[in-house]
Amino acid sequence: MLVLTLYSSPGLLAVVRGTVERLAEYLGFPLTEARSITRAVDEALTNIVRHSYGNRPGQPITMYFRRARRRRQCEEVESGVEILLCDRGPAVDPSKFRGRPLEQIRPGGLGLYFIRQAMDIVEFSRKSATNRMRLVKYMARPRNAV
Amino acid sequence: MNISTRHLDKTTIFDVSGDIDFANSPEMRQLLLREIRESRTARVIVNLREVRYIDSSGVASLVEGLKASRDLGSRFILIGLSTSAREVLQLSRLIKVFEIHDNEEQALAT
Repeated sequence: MLVLTLYSSPGLLAVVRGTVERLAEYLGFPLTEARSITRAVDEALTNIVRHSYGNRPGQPITMYFRRARRRRQCEEVESGVEILLCDRGPAVDPSKFRGRPLEQIRPGGLGLYFIRQAMDIVEFSRKSATNRMRLVKYMARPRNAV
Repeated sequence: MNISTRHLDKTTIFDVSGDIDFANSPEMRQLLLREIRESRTARVIVNLREVRYIDSSGVASLVEGLKASRDLGSRFILIGLSTSAREVLQLSRLIKVFEIHDNEEQALAT
């Protein structure tokens, strides 16, 4: 549906946020969820810039957006969005991706929590020297939907 | 992001507008900590009414400001939370940790 390739410049985060929010609205997500998805993608990109590329500018990041669908009970089909973020930084250990307990009042550690809170699926993998973060969000169906 | 600063007696007010993200939150952090630690201002107020977006690094900067003010016995107040600011503070369960007022008048009256 959409592919974005950008360099690891913090200044581009605002551009991506604008794009993701419009895309989520286009797909039918309510505004609150569109903001939530946007926050997740922004935090994921920030993590790539900071941790995968160590704040080095000019490093490539590619984002793939596509519609997601899953079949639930009674043949009900849910739709949503799948976002794959790819970077060419060193291999990362997913076990080190952990947030912090929210009761600890201290700076840092919130980004991953925001991502996990916003998305239904958050997965890390590495393939062909590429770190891949897969984010999926399905649309909540109205309670009275048939 | 744009930050303008006002000084009223023993209070400093930071009016923040735009997006607070990884690209510019260090600037806000530096301003806040300088005011609290070096200027030793008794009351620091951060006006977030015009903030369109705030990420986890922006929230972390506010938490640092809060902790620095607690260490020095001064006050650190947030006012006029925008939708985005309120959402992330609720999400991170920090909404009850900060002293928050609707507007400047209320904050100055306390």
